[in-house]
Amino acid sequence: MGMYDVIVVGAGPAGLGAAIEAKKCGASVLLLDENDRPGGQLFKQIHKFFGSKEHYAGTRGYIIGQNLLNEADELGVEFRLGVRVWGLYPGGGVTATDGETSVRYFARKIVLATGATENALSFPGCTLPGVMTAGAAQTMTNVQHVLPGERFVMVGSGNVGLIVTYQLLQAGAKVCCILEAAQKISGYGVHAAKVRRAGVPILTGHTILRANGTDGVESVVTAKVDERFRPIEGTEETIECDTVTLAVGLSPRIELAGVSGCKMAYSPALGGMLPLHSDDMETTCGNILIAGDLSGIEEASTALDEGRMAGCRAAYALGYRTSKEYEETKRALLNRLNALRAGPFGEKRRAAKEALWNTMR
Amino acid sequence: MRRVTNHPILEIEDKAEIPIVVDGKTLYAREGETVAAALTANGIRVFRHTAKRHEPRGLFCGIGQCTDCIMEIDGVPNQRTCMTIVREGMVVNTQNGNGNSGGKDDGHV
Repeated sequence: MGMYDVIVVGAGPAGLGAAIEAKKCGASVLLLDENDRPGGQLFKQIHKFFGSKEHYAGTRGYIIGQNLLNEADELGVEFRLGVRVWGLYPGGGVTATDGETSVRYFARKIVLATGATENALSFPGCTLPGVMTAGAAQTMTNVQHVLPGERFVMVGSGNVGLIVTYQLLQAGAKVCCILEAAQKISGYGVHAAKVRRAGVPILTGHTILRANGTDGVESVVTAKVDERFRPIEGTEETIECDTVTLAVGLSPRIELAGVSGCKMAYSPALGGMLPLHSDDMETTCGNILIAGDLSGIEEASTALDEGRMAGCRAAYALGYRTSKEYEETKRALLNRLNALRAGPFGEKRRAAKEALWNTMR
Repeated sequence: MRRVTNHPILEIEDKAEIPIVVDGKTLYAREGETVAAALTANGIRVFRHTAKRHEPRGLFCGIGQCTDCIMEIDGVPNQRTCMTIVREGMVVNTQNGNGNSGGKDDGHV
């Protein structure tokens, strides 16, 4: 039991950003996460981040995670870890369980930062042990320090596929190839160049047809695809491998927002179905704000700043900031987010965000 | 499937070995790691068999979302091995179907 100004669900970059910002404004904050340690997926990101100095450019993800935890700790953000939130009630009730008992907390504002789920891909053999998401291989390798295979085939050439490929190589594995159904590589050129220099071919216009094996993956069959992604007969090739990693996108984890009645919107550029929200991260439910991948699949740096926006907005709505102070912070954060949503990759996400904001008005 | 010992960026700590019992055999895990990591490091990747078609399943999402990697741990079925940290003497069994909880098979795959 307990009454708080703000409860934040999810202690990844968005949730930490929200908790830190709300606490800085003077609100009492409780941060809940189902994992035993906070930081979300930052601790498996061992590469250096891009962006500006404010976005920790040049710093490795897990160091950013540690810095955020230290900041939250020093500010006195209250954490409850190893508890899964399974219910939200009108009036601000949040019910969480540790697997044994459920406890209800209350808050005047709730920030949902539940993140995303990696997409699966359906093909014969896709349930075999050895077929896993790229994130699973990344967690195993970088956090658990166990390589889940020796010979990998990566499906998908977005930034996740490219970065995880490189990290598997760093840990000593072989990555046979990266398969990309589209006709061009979908991640950043700088990441693609790195894995190519390391000798991993990126096969654009290729898909996986099936994975073979009895008690686990032993090989995969690939094929070229035409411009409508249909496999071309006669182009099949068999590659011996023991692990298939899927990097085929992420979807916002919307369950909690859904049960609380937040109005949803469909935004393909941002990963699919997600809660409709304003530029200050408010949803159609008056007391619920969102941030991070839940509000559209982007990057950790955007998640962090969206979190700050949500935390600040919640605190302002509760009277911890004047409207002048709030407007200043909001403008600064929007400028930073705009900078992150620049360029050919960011532009689409920015336009999709603006479409959502306009629908909210 | 092996432990990473040398890494250009990460400092790999030498953690204490602790025994766990997997399908009746003693294996060695490292303190603080997940059951899924311990099994993977020991070359095991079939964690359970499905109820209807008895197909093998293993690690899939690695962060507790998909529940594909569940096993019986210390007599309790349906434990997510990617979220459960090893303890000395832990008893881990490959799960068949819904596991030996004493209840009826409810037909889940």
